[in-house]
Amino acid sequence: MAETFRLPPSEKKLIVWHLVIGVVAISIGGSLGLFQILNHGGIDWYGWLSKIGIKNYYQGLTLHGVLNAIVWTTYFIMAFLTFNVVYGLKQPLKSAKVNWLGFWVMTLGVVLAAIPIWLNQATVLYTFYPPMLAPWFFYLGLALLVVGSWIEGWGLAWTYFAWRKANPGQRSPFIAFASVLTFLLWQLATIGVAAEVLILLLPWSLGLTPGLDVELARTLFWWFGHPLVYFWLLPAYISWYGYLPRQAGGKLFSDTLARLAFWLFLLLSVPVGFHHQYLDPGVPPTWRYIHALLTLSVVVPSMMTLFTVVASLEYAGRKRGGKGLLGWIRALPWGDPSVAAQLLAGLIFVFGGIGGVINASYNVNMILHNTTWVSGHFHLTVGTAVTLTFIGIFYWWAPYLTGKPLPVKLARVQVWLYAIGMAIFSQAMHALGLLGAPRRTPLGNAPYIPPEWQGLLLRELIGGILLVTGGTLFIVIAAYFAFAKPKERVTVEPPVAEALQDPQLTPAWLDTWRPWVVGAVFLVLLAYTPVLLDLVQNMVLVTAPRIPLW
Amino acid sequence: MHIDVLEKRWIQISIALMAAFAVLIGVAAFAWGVQVPTLERRVDPARLKDDPIWSNPGVREVVPGKHYEVYMIAKVWQFEPREIQVPVGARVTFYVTSADVQHAFKIVGTSVSMQVLPGYVGKVSYTFQEPGEYSFICTEYCGIGHAAMYGVIKVTESK
Repeated sequence: MAETFRLPPSEKKLIVWHLVIGVVAISIGGSLGLFQILNHGGIDWYGWLSKIGIKNYYQGLTLHGVLNAIVWTTYFIMAFLTFNVVYGLKQPLKSAKVNWLGFWVMTLGVVLAAIPIWLNQATVLYTFYPPMLAPWFFYLGLALLVVGSWIEGWGLAWTYFAWRKANPGQRSPFIAFASVLTFLLWQLATIGVAAEVLILLLPWSLGLTPGLDVELARTLFWWFGHPLVYFWLLPAYISWYGYLPRQAGGKLFSDTLARLAFWLFLLLSVPVGFHHQYLDPGVPPTWRYIHALLTLSVVVPSMMTLFTVVASLEYAGRKRGGKGLLGWIRALPWGDPSVAAQLLAGLIFVFGGIGGVINASYNVNMILHNTTWVSGHFHLTVGTAVTLTFIGIFYWWAPYLTGKPLPVKLARVQVWLYAIGMAIFSQAMHALGLLGAPRRTPLGNAPYIPPEWQGLLLRELIGGILLVTGGTLFIVIAAYFAFAKPKERVTVEPPVAEALQDPQLTPAWLDTWRPWVVGAVFLVLLAYTPVLLDLVQNMVLVTAPRIPLW
Repeated sequence: MHIDVLEKRWIQISIALMAAFAVLIGVAAFAWGVQVPTLERRVDPARLKDDPIWSNPGVREVVPGKHYEVYMIAKVWQFEPREIQVPVGARVTFYVTSADVQHAFKIVGTSVSMQVLPGYVGKVSYTFQEPGEYSFICTEYCGIGHAAMYGVIKVTESK
């Protein structure tokens, strides 16, 4: 492994700027979470917060959702996918200019959307359900954010497919393959929200159309809204399959099944959006049940991922001298914050996965729909499985990009505080949800809170404070990489894992694109066309309320 | 294609487990009637007041002591009616729609929950087995007064 590939300067700069914006976004977005848990705990600090522009709970929550779940994730992910394609193929981008263009379009979109949110003119939460109306440039900003990410993804796909053409018969490196696949999933998913914004919301907000059908808008939103979570998760999986085994001192257990799992995610993660609409009157129940079946089938590649990742870790732990049934777990390099972050993220994700199966279970969903159970659930998934994994990646990536050593002790504390805080916080949210506490609600101001919820609200606050402390330490570490000038310099080799078996032995049908992509498009059309036709034919045009709503 | 024998078993068990879940959920929904809310019909939310049903929302007695219908309008930031009374053990069918933005209707402590969309009337049935006061709350963000949007169902002892 003597070959060293140096990241070209333009690509490196592109990646660094994505990370800067992503980290700034989660720093602001995460901090706003503090005010939400304080409100739930009976302490209202929005009066103070209004001095810096955040006038109420919902405006803060809109920023919390947009900055954490959209900006932080998308910027980090586009940076990581770019790195995986370039470093995996050991080749610069076909055109770094195209990817820079995508970056600027995305960033212009973020600025356009952020201004009205900051001015309290777009307090519509990150689902922006009509007929709540935000200024037209909010919707334009969202559209540009999506289109910018497409341009970047096309740049990556161009680079990847040129490599394949130049290397016929070669299995493409897993991290590059999986990254381009993740982008294709995003491309297929974002068609729904792009249609919602460009056909329904933007013309309506400009006064060009008399109104819109809210069920149609919701359906297009959730076409995007669920695969969005796979766009978050798959990059974490790329790290668990493609890096973590090497970081733990072992190898990827099965390249074949890793690729098969990724193809199944591409096929199955889009045609499942109705599982967010189980309680929507406008979608026929049979179609909601069909999407429930498809959702349950996504569990299969998830379970494959669980097996392969755990098997890779066990292989590493035993190589490191771990003995007995579970002794290999202790033998893993827990002292490495990057590894510890990802192990804890994976462990917590087991509970996120179990919760996910419960949410997906059609009529069972009625108990927990729109309750804090759901917020608890996605703080385990995107908030921990994804974000803590990204933090773990950051802990080898930032030293690699900057040459500055990681403050290891601080990072260890950060990782554990974040994980423990999140576990306590999410458990309380789940339990409150089962009692009936609504999500997205300043529970501290709600008149209907029974006394038996108070203990759990306090537990949510305690867990949340630990979590925010852990989050703050991450901001401190990120600021160190941005501004500190340590004397010591380090050289880091990206820990790309090898597979136990030569990837050339992976069957060719798992490294072939057309049938899978055609199949995925076909499934989406099959799962959505009849209901979309029905909704379009029976539209009820609704206008925005004339009174200010927030 | 090489697949480890344990991994093959694991995949088979996963598929079998999910198939079992799918069947159980389906049987509960379509055979036992543990069903999600359905669409009653579409309405123009701007003209609810012209509609004989929606101009006077509230409880309708269908079969005394046995079956009741509740017509409920959600609007910023209250439910209309805010307080209703039904007897214990009677089948209560809720018809809920919105006069303005999106809301949601959840009766705390029961399985009753639905998205309430302007333009759509959702329908869901429930039988209260215990007398007492149940609060119903809005569980979809609908503007600054969302957290205060709730009402009460008084479930009384049958005579």
